[in-house]
Formats: sequence, C-alpha cells, structure tokens
Amino acid sequence: MSKLVSSIREAVQLSGLKDGMTVSFHHHLRNGDYVLNMVMEQIADLGIKDLTVNASSLFDTHQPLADHIRSHVVTGIQTDYMAAGLGREISHGLLEKPVQFRTHGGRPSDIANGNTPIDVAFIAAPSADPMGNCTGKVGKSACGSLGYAIPDAMYAKKVIVITDNLVPYPLPGWSIPEIYVDYVVSVDAIGDPKGIVSGTTRITRDPVGLVMASYAAKVIEHSGLLKDGFSFQTGAGGASLAAASFLKDIMLAKGVQGSFGLGGITGYMVDMLRAGCFQSLLDVQCFDLKAVESLRDDPRHQEISALHYASPAQRSAVVDSLDVVILGATEIDADFNVNVHTDSNGSIMGGSGGHSDTAAGAKLSMIIAPMFRARLPIVTDHVTCVSTPGKDIDVLVTQGGIAVNPKQAELRQRLADAGLPVIDIQELKEKTERITGTPKPLPKGGRVVAEVISRDGGVLDQIYAKAE
Amino acid sequence: MRRSMLFLPGNTPNMLINGACLGADAVILDLEDAVAPAEKDAARILARNTIKYMDFRGCEVIVRINSIDTAFWRADIDEILPQKPDLILLPKTNRAQDVLEADAYITEVEERLGFERNTVRLMPLIETAMGVENAYSIASASGRVAALFLGAEDLTADLRCKRTKEGREIEYARTRLVTAARAANVDVYDTPFTDVNDDEGIRVDAALAKALGFTGKASISPRHVEVINEVFSPTEKEIDYAYEVMDAIRRAKAQGKGAVALYGKMIDAPIVARAEQTIAMAREMGLGREEQE
Amino acid sequence: MAEIICPASAGTLESSDVYVEIEPCAQGIEISLESVVKAQFGEAIESAVRETLAACGVERAKLTISDRGALDCVLRARVETAVARGRGQD
Repeated sequence: MSKLVSSIREAVQLSGLKDGMTVSFHHHLRNGDYVLNMVMEQIADLGIKDLTVNASSLFDTHQPLADHIRSHVVTGIQTDYMAAGLGREISHGLLEKPVQFRTHGGRPSDIANGNTPIDVAFIAAPSADPMGNCTGKVGKSACGSLGYAIPDAMYAKKVIVITDNLVPYPLPGWSIPEIYVDYVVSVDAIGDPKGIVSGTTRITRDPVGLVMASYAAKVIEHSGLLKDGFSFQTGAGGASLAAASFLKDIMLAKGVQGSFGLGGITGYMVDMLRAGCFQSLLDVQCFDLKAVESLRDDPRHQEISALHYASPAQRSAVVDSLDVVILGATEIDADFNVNVHTDSNGSIMGGSGGHSDTAAGAKLSMIIAPMFRARLPIVTDHVTCVSTPGKDIDVLVTQGGIAVNPKQAELRQRLADAGLPVIDIQELKEKTERITGTPKPLPKGGRVVAEVISRDGGVLDQIYAKAE
Repeated sequence: MRRSMLFLPGNTPNMLINGACLGADAVILDLEDAVAPAEKDAARILARNTIKYMDFRGCEVIVRINSIDTAFWRADIDEILPQKPDLILLPKTNRAQDVLEADAYITEVEERLGFERNTVRLMPLIETAMGVENAYSIASASGRVAALFLGAEDLTADLRCKRTKEGREIEYARTRLVTAARAANVDVYDTPFTDVNDDEGIRVDAALAKALGFTGKASISPRHVEVINEVFSPTEKEIDYAYEVMDAIRRAKAQGKGAVALYGKMIDAPIVARAEQTIAMAREMGLGREEQE
Repeated sequence: MAEIICPASAGTLESSDVYVEIEPCAQGIEISLESVVKAQFGEAIESAVRETLAACGVERAKLTISDRGALDCVLRARVETAVARGRGQD
C-alpha cells in the first residue's frame, strides 16, 4: 500500500472533493505558508466551487483567497484570526456569507463535535514519511509544534499531508500519526522559512512598551499567584515579551519554581524554562527558531494539540489550569470587554486566536495596551466588536495606570498596597481623552460581514461592513 | 526629589507626549544636541506646546536650551520661559560669566512676564575642562543656580581621552563637581550612562555616582530610569535608621539631655541633617511613617 | 501681520507627528487633510488648524496636512512652525 500521490491536484481528485464541501488548513507556517495558496489554485483549476475554507488563521500571504472568493470557488470562511489585508476586503463586503470567527479552543471543539465538519484537511508538514506520519520539528521548513493541525487530522473525512521533506518510513517523533492520513504529497517547498518563524523575537525598545511591561511584571509579582507551581502564558508582542523577561528576573530573585509555560512559545519562554522558572513548556505553536529547537531537543518542552490547549468541550484543557495570561487589545470598554478583531475604524485586522480561551481559563487575565495609539484611546464606551467578554478580563495595564475589573476587589487592593498606580477604568478613559481629545463615534456600518462565535458556542458579536 | 532625569529629543512628538509616563522624576526636553540646526524653530515651538498642554504632574520639566555661543538660546528662552519649566539646563557653561549672561536675559524675560525673580532656576551643564576648573565659581555665580550637571561625553572629547564604561577618566571631574556644588549649597547630577543595553553597567555606574555624593543621575534611555531611581532611593534600612535618629533626638530633648548616642555612636548635627533628608525622601516616595510623639 | 510669502513645511510623517505644508493663496484658507484618524478627529483637526492660523493672524493660505495621529498640541505646533517659515521668518 502507498499513500504517496504525485501531485496536490491528484490528491484533491482522489479525496473526492466536490462543490459545497469544506477544506481546512492550519497556520503553523504563518506568513511563510505556501500550501493554502497552492491547494486553492489546484482546486480552482479543477472547477470546484462553493467551498468553505476552515483555517486556524489567515495571514497576508493568503491574499489570493480574495480572488477565489470573487470567482465563487470559496463562498464561506471559518477562521480564528484574519490579518489586515484580507480583513480589509472582507470588511468592505467581499464575501456574501459572514465570516465565522472562532477561538483556538472553539474551532477544534466544533470540528470534534461535528458542528463544523471538515471534508478534506490539507496539512502542511515540514517532515513526513510515505505513510503520513508527520512532524513540524525537523526539515528545512521546520515550524515546531503542529498543535492546530492535530484536530483536523483526527476528525476530517479525508486527510492530505503535504511535505517538502519526505523521509523513509517510519518517521521518528511524529506529531500526527499515519492512522489519520489518507494521502501524502511531496512538493518542492511548503513555505518560506523567513515567514514561518522569526530568527529571534526581540523585546521592545519602545519606552512606553517597557513601562507597561514593567508594570505587568509587578502586577503578577503582587497578584498573590506568583509562588511555586505558577503557570504563565504570554504573547509574542514586544511588550508581552519584555514583561516575560522582567518576570523571569523577579522569579529568579524570589526563587519561585513555576510549573508550566503555555501557548505560542518564544525563545523568552525557553529561556525561562532553562533558567528553572518552569518545569515544562506546553506548546501549541512555536514563534521563533529557539522555540523550534527546544521543542525538538528538550523533553520538558511538550507539543500539545489545540484541543488539549484550549477546547471548552473536552473533559479539561490546559487553559483551565493556567494562572496568568498576558494579552493584547485594540480596544477595551468600561465593562472590560476587549476587541482584538477590528481596528478602531471597524476594519478586520485580527481575531481571538487563544485570547478568549486563555482569558476564560486563567486566574488572572491581563491586557497590556498603550493608553492611545495614533491619537485613538484604548478605552472606549463601547468596543467596536466584543472578542472577549469583560467578565473574563481582570486587569488592564497601560503606561498611564492599571485598571482592575471591579469584580476583583481584593486584587485591586493588593496592587494598590504594592504602590502600583491603580486607576478606575472610567478615570483612565477620561485621563486619556484629556490627552487625545474625544473621538467622534463612527457611523454604524452596513450588513454583517462576520460573526464572532463565543468559545462555548453562540454568537458573541457581529462585525459590520465599513460605512463608506 | 530628583533621582533620575530623562533626556527626550525635543522635536520627536512620540517621545515628548509620553515623557511623563516613563518613570523619571524629571524629563529634560532637549533643544540642543538632539535637534538639527534647521529644526531648532520647530523644536522650541513643539516643546513649548508639550509643556503647555500635556500633564506633567509628578514629573519635573527641565529644558536644555542651546548654548550662549549660538544664535538660538535667546529665542529658546523667549519661547519656553512663559511655561515655567522647573529648570533650564544651560549647556557648555565654562565660567561664572556665562551664568551671569544667561541670568541677565532670563531676569529680563521674567520681568517682562511679571514673574517673580528666580522663578525659573538654572542648572549649568559642565562639559568642558574649563567648566570643571571653574565649577565652584559657576555654582555660586547667581542665586538662580539650583544645581550643577556633569556632561561626560563632551568633557572627555575636550580632555582628549576616551570615554569608558568604568569612567576613570572622569573621576576628577565627578569629585570636583560634587565638592563645588556642595560648597555652593546646590544639588549636583551625574552624566548619563550611554550603553543602553548594559543593565548591570548602569547599576554599577549609578551606585558609584551615589557613593560620590551626587544628588541623582541623568539618563538617555528610559530603560535606565528604574535602576537609577532604585539606586538613589533610601533603602528600608536607611529609612529605619533615620526614624530611630529622630526618635532618639526627641527623647533626649524631652529628658533635657544635650548629647545622645545611638548604637554607641554620638548623634551629631550632620547625622540629624541626613536623617531629615532621608525621611523627606521617604515621604515623597510614599514610604513615610507616622512619627511617635 | 505678514502674509505667507513662500511655500514652507514643518513636521514629519512619523507616528504621532504631522507633516504640514503651507503656501500662498489668493483668497481665504484652503485645507486639504489626510489622516489615519480622519473619521474620529477630522473636524477637530480642521478647527485646530483654523484656530492656529487665526491666532497667528493668517488670513490667506493653502495647507496640505498629512496626519499620522498627532495630538492637538503637536498639530498646533507644526502649523505654527509652518506659518513662521512661510513668512520667511527662519
């Protein structure tokens, strides 16, 4: 028996893909991914129409999707994140059917429970053998974890692995085993390594970012959660990384032995593991080369699936055991609702990713954001889009003060006692508007172009077409 | 309390508008080296508006004007003085006469504005060999002088030596400035540490400056501010001791004793003065305590 | 009050700054504005520009404003600088 087929086109034909079906992709190759575009080109060429694309995230490199939408090859999109380029076109009404935004936990749970069945999953794999055992840890296009692809492999009706590093059977140390795989295709390149992982992710040099990071680390220090067994997740943004680096110094100075670091993993989290801040790293996605190397070489650094990371439908997921998460925001309102889907002009430029999942699970979810960006205040009366409900957000850290959700009265007191600049969120809004002026509210847009589906089902909010 | 002073380029809105949030006790809006000659006009108007409209509560505002051997400095003062900055930093101050020249013009502008004399104090920047040798006469030239400020980059160029991290080449200038400033009863601030990525280096350099008697230290990087503040803050132990000193004095007075000892050491006037300074600083940092009656 | 006698500019296209170009104009004030926050602050920007021009005593000028999210005090500073330069004062 052989699963090897000669081309993507042949694999698509063998899979039985037909009009109206759903195809899926993962985003571990991030902005370096070639596979989604290669596959969609073949699908379009075969004359298949009316497909739904279910992708764990869509980046600017996936801009050709817009043409497939215009030619009705694609008529539906389900994703957890959409970069600004495609987002702008969607916001201007490119796609008739609203985009469905899910979270990194909600997506796999809806795949697993059959709400969003996948007909054919296309899995870009930096290394694979002819029977489909595959991994992201090695190969010229190594991306580390394949966590977001695992649920697709487990539940799709047909699974096609696409690799640029075909190795003899059996591939040791697979992430996805052959039991799920129908076909294997070898291609010249699945992606551009420059776009897949950053050489090194660097902490910010922006002074405001550093001030916020320093506050964030102190909030954690005085939260009452920083003790042996501590667990932590942070993003790959400059200020979040700086916060991790300050936190590392605090943990080492205080001799705190944490339990695990979670999430998208960067070299900074690897440094914390090696310095003894954590016992293990649980990795659903690698952001840089250091993380990829560590996942490959250090047994304490463990790959996890998106289901295990964040699914609300499993018996438990790692986010349920998380102490602290640091997150971003484009807007936040007085009820602590957070927008990460659109910019302040209402144009799609992001998505929840693991935002709502970790916020719901973590004991302390902290937003780091500057008081204003390009004159637009971070705190608004009403966020353009609710990505994560305010009940799950505990603290907002800005350079102009730290706002604590009123439901966390004890935490507020702890931070105030530690001499941190605690400020009421309404007061922070007024303080910011004294600097920026009060922005004129935007006119409500036209029809619904996207729906934000909450991690446990149900529409959390809708995104409207841009007014002009 | 002025432990840290952070330089902000005077024509860069992004830095200026966030200046008050960067943790420094004072910011120095720089109209001199950070601004190209063709942009001097733009920078002084921008700096003036920033002081006027931005909230600098909890953060002192210092403006480094251009030196008195340029065509810019009078216009700088005309533009900035109405906003009542806390201090004017006067670069390349070589001799008492330089202070007097700046003082005379500032006095003229103060009178024009109806300000009380010496509303805006001066901080001469000592950054030449001549300036170092004249430090005491500069510091005592006018009642307007509030502090001396050491600038090591230009000074080492003038001395024809290399500026090093260890700073052996500026040892003399440092001790000379501290001595001159203290003799004239004004404050004295140390030069910035210029390697923005050396976190350990800044701590060592700031600790040295504190040990030599500097009041505080300037910085060109927001990253250094927190360390400088830490180094120049009294430690908990120092605060404890200061309160014990004051307590011992109070008790001695109540008992009608003239001399008093603490931990076997006579408490004399300088010790009391230092304790008072420490307590004043602790209060400003929010670490003050209720004193026993 | 001196008129705008020559084309001049002030500011930059960096984030939080604004680039203001000014030139002589036969009649009245003409403003063309491009801004990343036009929807939220377009009117506020235009009125701040007009106020600054009035305070400087400028009655005739054509301005082209490229805004990168400058705060009001930055915008006013750049307009004032452009006016001074347009009058040949620097």
